[in-house]
Amino acid sequence: MEKIVVQNLVKIFGDKPEKALRLLRQGQGKNAILAETGQAVGVADVSFSVTAGEIMVIMGLSGSGKSTLVRCINRLIEPTSGHILIDGTDITTLSREELTRLRRTKFGMVFQGFALFPHRSVVQNVEFGLDIQGIPPKERRDRAMAALSQVGLTGWEERRPEALSGGMQQRVGLARALALDPDILLMDEAFSALDPLIRRDMQDELLSLQDTVKKTILFITHDLDEAVKIGDHIVLMKDGALIQSGTAEDILTNPASRYVERFVEDVDFTKILTARSVMLPPSPTALIHHDGPRLALHKMAEEGISRLFVLGQSRSLEGVVTAEDAARAAEHGDRTLQGIIRPADKRVSAETSIQDIVPLLGSDKEPVAVVDDKNGRLLGIIVQGSLLAGLADKGRTNNGF
Amino acid sequence: MDFEQFRIPLGSSLEALINILSDHLAPLTKAISAVLETAIDAIDSGLMHLPPWALILALGLAAWRLGSRRIGLFTVLGLGLIWNLGLWDPTIATITLVLFATAIATCLGVPLGILAAMHKGWARLIMPVLDFMQTMPAFVYLIPAIPFFGLGPVSAIFSTVIFAMPPSIRLTCLGIRQVPAPLIEAADAFGATRSQRLFKVELPLAMPTIMAGINQTIMLSLSMVVIAAMIGAKGLGGEVWKAIQRLEPGLGFEAGLGVVIVAVILDRITQKIGARSV
Repeated sequence: MEKIVVQNLVKIFGDKPEKALRLLRQGQGKNAILAETGQAVGVADVSFSVTAGEIMVIMGLSGSGKSTLVRCINRLIEPTSGHILIDGTDITTLSREELTRLRRTKFGMVFQGFALFPHRSVVQNVEFGLDIQGIPPKERRDRAMAALSQVGLTGWEERRPEALSGGMQQRVGLARALALDPDILLMDEAFSALDPLIRRDMQDELLSLQDTVKKTILFITHDLDEAVKIGDHIVLMKDGALIQSGTAEDILTNPASRYVERFVEDVDFTKILTARSVMLPPSPTALIHHDGPRLALHKMAEEGISRLFVLGQSRSLEGVVTAEDAARAAEHGDRTLQGIIRPADKRVSAETSIQDIVPLLGSDKEPVAVVDDKNGRLLGIIVQGSLLAGLADKGRTNNGF
Repeated sequence: MDFEQFRIPLGSSLEALINILSDHLAPLTKAISAVLETAIDAIDSGLMHLPPWALILALGLAAWRLGSRRIGLFTVLGLGLIWNLGLWDPTIATITLVLFATAIATCLGVPLGILAAMHKGWARLIMPVLDFMQTMPAFVYLIPAIPFFGLGPVSAIFSTVIFAMPPSIRLTCLGIRQVPAPLIEAADAFGATRSQRLFKVELPLAMPTIMAGINQTIMLSLSMVVIAAMIGAKGLGGEVWKAIQRLEPGLGFEAGLGVVIVAVILDRITQKIGARSV
């Protein structure tokens, strides 16, 4: 279900937007329009939609229009033209009263600089949105306390915000938005002011919180690592225009332009690339109902390896055999592999990130099996060489060579 | 045209305007004057009927609760000295005038300051007027006050309000404008109406600055009610005026010291309240 639909959104800052709008429609760029009309293009004809319950990341460098865009969505900034549909209602046509009601019920906003009210205690800050809706003190206190406990700040409610660390202050900011139980969370560079360790914690907490609250989240960031970590979908902006949108993997593996390539070249690929993108075809393997120890030994000798994955019915992974065990079984005259199969401990799913595979590879250089989660089929194997080659390959394409 | 012969009739036009206004507004201004004068007299005589020591202790206690123990102690000792010097009644008269003038100046000034903060056009209109009000020599306000309100405390309050109001307006406006933009944005994002934003965010955050403005208004009121003795306001200013006319430096110094003591007490208490409202 489409929760937010943005259609041809344009925001032009200045007193005479008409001419700038005309030039924009003719395909002129931000700088050309500024030079010719003196009007600054904030958002240039952007369209995208957000599905209910997903985290949509809007990413771009400063000045790319991402903060302007998110402020158009609750009309903190009035759009110059275009439409914004929230649950099918075009909010660009709402009256001031209707807009106020919409902001109170649909949106919770979290700000880069926290924007906590210094004259209110932590719990009074969290109560703010409920307070202005005229909700009775008892009920709003209960709801604020529940929101504070969601973000792990029980016990801090009577403090003043300035007595809290940056990370805790932003938890208050998050609780203030959650207390309203809004459908949509607008998070404007919510974690950008935090130091890296706290920031990672907050990202993890947001993701686990999202598992339970299932809000539609519009998250603004300038940090690609953050975007690919938390975004179900990513919209990339430059000079007010939308450059590319898609999943993190879409953007990283198929950058739509040199700009996107440059953007993604610094990203830590071990976090984004998955097992699927670096695995090798799983040959050779032994078939449990077909191969005996001698055939297994022969296959290993041919490839110069000391271990072999053993497959059962419909290529499901049954385990591994080592050359040592196979040789001993062959001397004993065993005809099957049944007796010498060891469990394949080193197995991951196709969606596991490389970051989590590296430690599995360990020092013994034994291959890791990539297995389909549903039917247990062996999809491929990863050895250290294939992993490094995969990373080097990504690095090369993304440097634009 | 002979420029030396021609003189723009600025003063005489203003006088004509004041005459017209005072003729037409006289019933109103006289009524205001009568009401205010009765109120001031009632408060004065009420306070003067109380035994001074009781009032001194009460004020000392209030200064202690509102301010600090040091201010409380200073209040008791300072007012005690004034009582001892035989300046009790004029001091009460002065405090009453200051409180009246401050109350009126604040009630007018803070809303005007809010208006100036909310509407740029209004601010552009009002700021030059404030400059004018503050730089025009204070004595000048005394003259037109008389045709409207007659000789006495009400004219003194009128000219004091004009002289002392600008800081309240300016600092209220400044305080509201200084509220950080992200907090305004946060209030808007959560669906605050214009008045909710004003009362729940802007005014509370501007309060220390507004209190600084009120403190300035009190201080200016105090200096003005002394000057206003020239048009018949009683109080410590009256004593100073008497000392000038009789060339009695001793009496002048004592009355002047009384003004200083009252000023210090009012200043420290309002500063403490301002600092606490952060």
